[in-house]
This record gives sequence, structure tokens and C-alpha cells, in this order.
Amino acid sequence: MKEGRPRSFYVLAIFFAAYVLFLYGPMIAIYVLSFQGPQGGLTFPMNGVSTFWIAKLFQGTGIVDLGAAFRRSLLLGIIVMIVTVVLSVAAGMAFRRRFKAQSILFYSAIASLIVPSIITSLGISLEFRIIDDLIKAHWNENFETSMGLLTSGLGAHLTWTLPFGLLIMFAIFNRFDPRLEEAARDLGATPWQTFRHVVLPIILPSVIGIGLFGFTLSWDELARSSQAIGAVNTLPLDLQGLTTTVTNPDIYALGTVISAVSFTVITLALGTIHVLNKRQAAKGSDAGKGLV
Amino acid sequence: MDTSEDILHQASPDLVRGSETKRAAKAARLSPSFISWLQAGPMMLVFLAFFLIPLVFVVIVSFWDYNEYQLLPAFSGRGYTDTFEGCIAQLPDLCTIGKTYLKTLKLCFMVWAITLFIGFWVAYFLAFHVKSKTWQMGLSLLCTIPFWTSNVIRMIAWIPLLGRNGLVNSGLMKTGVINQPLEWLLFSEFSVVLALVHLFTFFMVVPIFNSMVRIDKSLIEAAYDAGATGLQTLVNVIIPLAKPGIVIGSIFVITIVMGDFITIGVMGGQQIAAAGKIIETRVNALQFPAAAANAVILLAITFLIITMMSRIVDIKKEL
Repeated sequence: MKEGRPRSFYVLAIFFAAYVLFLYGPMIAIYVLSFQGPQGGLTFPMNGVSTFWIAKLFQGTGIVDLGAAFRRSLLLGIIVMIVTVVLSVAAGMAFRRRFKAQSILFYSAIASLIVPSIITSLGISLEFRIIDDLIKAHWNENFETSMGLLTSGLGAHLTWTLPFGLLIMFAIFNRFDPRLEEAARDLGATPWQTFRHVVLPIILPSVIGIGLFGFTLSWDELARSSQAIGAVNTLPLDLQGLTTTVTNPDIYALGTVISAVSFTVITLALGTIHVLNKRQAAKGSDAGKGLV
Repeated sequence: MDTSEDILHQASPDLVRGSETKRAAKAARLSPSFISWLQAGPMMLVFLAFFLIPLVFVVIVSFWDYNEYQLLPAFSGRGYTDTFEGCIAQLPDLCTIGKTYLKTLKLCFMVWAITLFIGFWVAYFLAFHVKSKTWQMGLSLLCTIPFWTSNVIRMIAWIPLLGRNGLVNSGLMKTGVINQPLEWLLFSEFSVVLALVHLFTFFMVVPIFNSMVRIDKSLIEAAYDAGATGLQTLVNVIIPLAKPGIVIGSIFVITIVMGDFITIGVMGGQQIAAAGKIIETRVNALQFPAAAANAVILLAITFLIITMMSRIVDIKKEL
């Protein structure tokens, strides 16, 4: 830095700035457009400024029953988040030792991540259809369906969030110093105490990161939900349905509301991570200093 | 696991003490693999129930028969023969499925090339030119935040820019570059590629960045000291060492684009055929075995691509 930056720095800095503009520019455009006046259309220029379209969404007079879809997506997102955090932390701990099915689980997670979503979604829908047919044939003729938000829908979302959770756990434990646990054990801590008072506080910021992934990936999930969600729609599915029919800024308003939830969750999670890291730096550091 | 023992211990220490040493020894012998099963089992079950078994069902159902409204669980190759209908009769012309896959591969290649170019240089900038850790974190976060927001919103965000009366067209008309609005900007192959690049460059940046930050900086200095030019260092040192990241990023982008039907649907105005869209169309027509047959074909092609790419790099070692 003292020698001055090379020319390539400036070229790449401009390239990077252009990329960031490319990422954010269009999104900002629709956030602005959702505040169109009541007469406004789908494009610029703005026709007055108002919260007309956003208010319209919440009155329930719009095209979709936003309230119900919103609650469904939120419920599913929170459940997916909790399950993802618990299962990922548990499996991440398991991977620190060798165990038999290790590579099966690892390759299942990687495959689940890269097999095209439509195939997973179709498979889940076929599975539940066949279960339904079996129930109808053998037990209950009037049975409707076992497909639904919290059965097939939840499963479909987990096939997407769990691989991310597991990979984040790998990254965490790559940097984790096992001597901290040994020290706890030497001081007489039970395995649970070691986890609760030593491991968990250290990995907590990253665990919140897993929760962030779990919620936001579920909240915005579309491809896997498409065939597997059953009769009801989540918010992104409703939004996608609107893209072909709507001709007024309703759709932008809905987009803005969905994004607002995403950004709130992101901010909360990042803020918590930041606070925890700071606390760790301030208070927790002497735990490692004696050892390292 | 230990809590029940703790409670017992608190309730009546004397009762426990006698058997404690024996039990502790037994637990120590049993525990490692048993605990691993307890810890990893739930996730394994989720993948089994919602990923592995469904995949098996896709393969089975692809060999079932069907009529207008239901599945018929009897062996039939109809799902496949319907899919490849006319493929031999129309030779040397390509049949519908052939054309669709060719188109999908073309889209895939374009998106891959563009995301690789952008992803590589963005990662390069973050890894080598941003020196402060705080800035590196902040800028990486800036690239990650859109990934946590909705894909559909990021797609429809292009409408006010690229539409007939959108910003680009009105801007170009005002400056007199064109007289008529450009029709190919939206609901076209162009907008599909643009949106896919917009959505998925992230998947390229992260693994390449990960590989690049692991490169020992002294290697680059050594290349410089040995008289290598910037380009030579890039080609002979940095690219080979960043190869695992490049391959992993490429696998992500290629598999996403191969199976995509939402971006291609929304940004192509539901007019562009693609491998993923065929499956969706068949499902909507309730022709599940045909949908499953298409899924098997797509899976096979995706698997083939991944196998070819993972020949270049051992994925498990890189994580």
C-alpha cells in the first residue's frame, strides 16, 4: 500500500463496483417503483409517490390472499430454520470423528445440493402421491392427501437448506481448536457440559449464520416447492404466479414486502453475529490464551 | 444423553455410585460410534425420506404407464418413447427433445462462460487486491446479501429496465440511438442469460474466492522474483491453484442452469423450451411417467457433466 497500488487494482476495483451495481441496481429499481402513485404503471417515470400499492396488499383486496401466504411462508421458514440448525450442528459434531456412514451422508448432501431442484421436487411429489394411493387403497378411501406445507413442503425445503448447514459446519470445525475441549474434559466436564459451555459459545456466531441460511433459503425457495408444496402456495409461488398476469405495481409492492422481511432477518442475524464476535473478543479470549 | 444420569446422580448418589465405574467403562466403549449415529442419523433420515427415496421413485415411475388422469403402475416404456417421439423418423433433423437439449446446453454454456469470467475477476479482486480483512469481509458480504433475497424479485426487477417502455429503451430512444424500442431486451434468450448471470454468479465467486485465499502469497512473490510477468503468474500459478474452486463453481452453475425452469419461464415469457421446462409441462399435464422419464434423462446428463468435471478435481478434498 505504501508503494501505491498497481494499475490492475483500479481496473478490477471498477469491475467490482460495476458488478455490485449490476447486483443491486435492478432490485433498487423495483423497490422505488413500488412506491408509485395510485395511477402509476410498471415502468419509470414515477407517477407520484405513495404507499398506495403496499397498503393495498395489506387490505387483502389485491390479487392474492397475501396475509395467509405470508403466515404460511413465515411458519415454514421458522420451522426449517430450527430444524436446519439442530440437524446441522448435530451432524457437524458427528463428522469430527470417523463413522461408518460418513461418506454416504456427505455425498447425499452434495447430491441434494446439485441435483436439479425440479427432479427432487418431482420425486417428492411422486412419493407422496404413491403414499396417498396406498392409504386410499388399504386403509381409508376418503383420505385426501398427505402432501402439505409441513410434510412434503418441509422436506423439500430441508433438502435445500441442510447441505448448506452441513458445509458451514465443516468450515467451522476446520478452524476449531480441539484442545479447548480436551481442556474442558481434563477439568472434569461431561461431554454435554463441554458442548454447552465450551463448544457452543465458540461456534454460536456461525450457528446463527446457519439459521440465517435456513430461514432465507426457505423464505425465498421456489423450484423445490413448485411440485411438492401441495394445495397451498407460499409467498414466492404466489409472486411467480403474478409475473404472467399482473399489469400494475402490485407485484413490485409484494416484492418489496418479501425483501423487507429478508433484509430484516439478514440485519438481525448479522447484528447478532457481530455482537457475539465482539463479546468473544472481549471476554472469551483468555480461555484459549493459556493453551495456545 | 448424560442428563438422565445426572438427575439420577443428584437424586440418590449412593444408588448410582456402585455401578458407575462399570457403566462409565461400558459407555466409553459403546459411545463413539453410537453417538455419531445419534448425531448424524436425523440428517441422514431427512435425506433418505426426501431425497434418496424420491429419486428412486422418479426412476420407477418413469417406467410406468399413464392415461389422461392417473398413474398406472404397470411396466411401460411409454414415458421414454413419448419423449423421443420422431427422433429416428426425422433424421437427419433434430427432434423436439434433441433441439430442446441443444438449446439448454447452449444457454448453459453462455451462462457458464460469463459467470466464470465475472466470478473469477471478482474473486481475484477480493482475494488479492483487498488487503484489509475487514474490507474483505464487508465486500464479500455485499456480494452475498442478494443471495439471501428472493430470486423471483431479482428476476422481475429487470422488467422496468428492459421492457418496451423501460429505462434502457427510453434512454436509447431519447439519445437517438434507436427509433423503435428494442424487442429482444425482455422475454428473450438475452434476458434469460442476463437474469441467470445476475442470479448465479455468486455460486462462482464463493468457491473461487475460497481457493484463492488459500494460495500462499509467497508463491506469487517467488514467481515475481523469478521474473514472471503478471500474465505468466496468472496462467502458471494462480489459475492452476484456483482450479478446484473454478471446477466447483462450474458444477454449481451448470447444474442449476441445466435444471432451471423458473428463470427461463419468467424471463423467457414462458416461450423458451428447456430441459427443466419439459418436466414442468409434463407434470402440469399430469403425465407423471413422462415427466419422470425426462427427469431421469436430465439427471443422467447432469451426472455425466459432473463426472467429467470431477475428474479434474477431488471435490471431497477441497471442502
